[in-house]
Amino acid sequence: MPRETPELYPRFGARADKCEFPMALELINVSKRVGADQHIYPTDLTLEPGCLNILLGTTLSGKTTLMQMMAGLDPLTTGSLRFNGQDVTKTPVQKRNVSMVYQQFINYPNFTVFENIASPLRVARVPETDIKRRVGEMAELMKLSAMLDRRPSELSGGQQQRTAMARALVKDAELVLLDEPLANLDFKLREELRDELPRLFADRNCVVVYATTEPVEALLFAGNTATLHEGCVTQFGPTSDVYRWPQDLITAQVFSEPPMNQAEVIKSGGSLSLAGGASWTATGTAATLGDGRYTMGLRPHHVTPKEGGGQPVKVSGEVLVTELSGSESVIHFKLGGRAWVSQSHGIHPVEVGGHEELYADVAEAFYFDQTGQRITG
Amino acid sequence: MNRVSRFVPALYIIFLMLPIYWLVNMSFKTTNEILGDFTLWPRQFTLENYITIFTDPTWYMGYVNSLAYVSINTVLSVAVALPAAYAFSRYRFLGDKHLFFWLLTNRMAPAAVFALPFFQLYSAVGLFDTYLAVALAHTLFNIPLAVWILEGFMSGVPKELDETAYVDGYPFWSFFIKIFIPTIAAGIGVAAFFCFMFSWVELLLAKTLTAVDAKPIAATMTRTASTSGYELGLLAAAGTLTIIPGAFVIYFVRNYIAKGFALGRV
Repeated sequence: MPRETPELYPRFGARADKCEFPMALELINVSKRVGADQHIYPTDLTLEPGCLNILLGTTLSGKTTLMQMMAGLDPLTTGSLRFNGQDVTKTPVQKRNVSMVYQQFINYPNFTVFENIASPLRVARVPETDIKRRVGEMAELMKLSAMLDRRPSELSGGQQQRTAMARALVKDAELVLLDEPLANLDFKLREELRDELPRLFADRNCVVVYATTEPVEALLFAGNTATLHEGCVTQFGPTSDVYRWPQDLITAQVFSEPPMNQAEVIKSGGSLSLAGGASWTATGTAATLGDGRYTMGLRPHHVTPKEGGGQPVKVSGEVLVTELSGSESVIHFKLGGRAWVSQSHGIHPVEVGGHEELYADVAEAFYFDQTGQRITG
Repeated sequence: MNRVSRFVPALYIIFLMLPIYWLVNMSFKTTNEILGDFTLWPRQFTLENYITIFTDPTWYMGYVNSLAYVSINTVLSVAVALPAAYAFSRYRFLGDKHLFFWLLTNRMAPAAVFALPFFQLYSAVGLFDTYLAVALAHTLFNIPLAVWILEGFMSGVPKELDETAYVDGYPFWSFFIKIFIPTIAAGIGVAAFFCFMFSWVELLLAKTLTAVDAKPIAATMTRTASTSGYELGLLAAAGTLTIIPGAFVIYFVRNYIAKGFALGRV
């Protein structure tokens, strides 16, 4: 498949200098340090309305800290925050028009659902008739109309999170922060809310930031994605670009589930060879590599038990674990001392402990230099 | 097996209840009957003892005094402990853990240690024999206890609740009073109960720091025992009445008492 040259954003995704949108949240050299621990390394980001801005990273990668800094709940160690071109670094959270939804279902336990949703409006002294109307509409949208008189503790998890979401949306915040809002929900509910979420924000003029640990979720919501790793924003750009053209090994690894397969390869002349043995003719990006050692990255679905398209290269290793679900086979195997994963459609029964031959489509491989930067050719 | 498993707790409960039964039993007897025969229930049932207590100011003022300083103390302790516990639960500051522990060490010295300094100090500033004197003296023990209990309950509330309220636009005090205090109402009840109980049963400081105007009921009881002979029936009635406020208060926090004994920690 021919590929257009990816439009790459500079490291730390700095688009801060040009802001053509009327509304945007800009983080300028923002960092957070607590004692000797650097929680967030200096970061520049510009988040815009119109689509979801996704923060993708593992637990403890700094997603929550970054969001709390955006909200104004956590002071910045360095840098500044601008909203709509105005410096809001020192503005207390109460004076900013933000709302936030947490992973835990956070509601006011002593308020009814109605009062919970109404609370931001009450604080803002919105007239009573308006409150009634807006809460009613929001409850309708969130399917909470029947339980407005109940307490949060009498609701199911999904309903509690809907209440929290309704409260976040009822006040027309300019910045909406969603910190893994679906993580504590069971599978069915998560799917349901995943469908609803983008629609909820479709006709709102606000900057939405959505933190998640799941690459699948990021791909589903599209929008823009910033990958986070140990307090570092490694890449920022349209979600599909970040997925298809990761800048470096860490970004590729953060944005891959199951984890991306890695192997040492040696380029010599016109061919590439695995430390394990297999070798093949270098084509595409690989052809432009100079002689030397590289790290090859290959997503699990490009390693299959049956010979597929592209440029299949036969690899073999000891099978460690197999997971066969309804329509998908996941085979964990050992290749040259590293754990590899193959993910393929259909059921491919293989014997655990046995030696299995699989096909790696090296046309889809990424190549990284010794510092972990992807070589784009 | 089944019989034993019922018999043992039954025996234990009888053993626990016996002194209380005996106290109540005695309070309905005349002093002569108490000293004369051994009777399991009052032969000559009398309310005379209670009537004496409710009509004689030297008796009933003891209850009024006790209730007055205990109430002042409970309100004072909880009011001071609430913001303190919030700080310990939500903020990290220099020496916070040491300070938190040091609070509890106040409870480790016997009350007698503080009796003399308090007596001298209160006499000097004119607080001697007032409700406030006893109430203040008891805060020395009760504030640390209330802080520990409330801190435990507060730490059970996720700090995201505070943050959500700030994001919604609540200023701190508005959030604290409208949302946070109702959320930890059970904890406040338990803390108040413990303050009430400690202050209600404490005798030494209360007796030392009062003479006439603020004399607690327990002090009244000890003195009556040494005047014109024995008035055991009267004393038993006074004792019975002393149990009632505690039983009354415990009823309201009965579901949370265990958590209170664990200082609010699960």
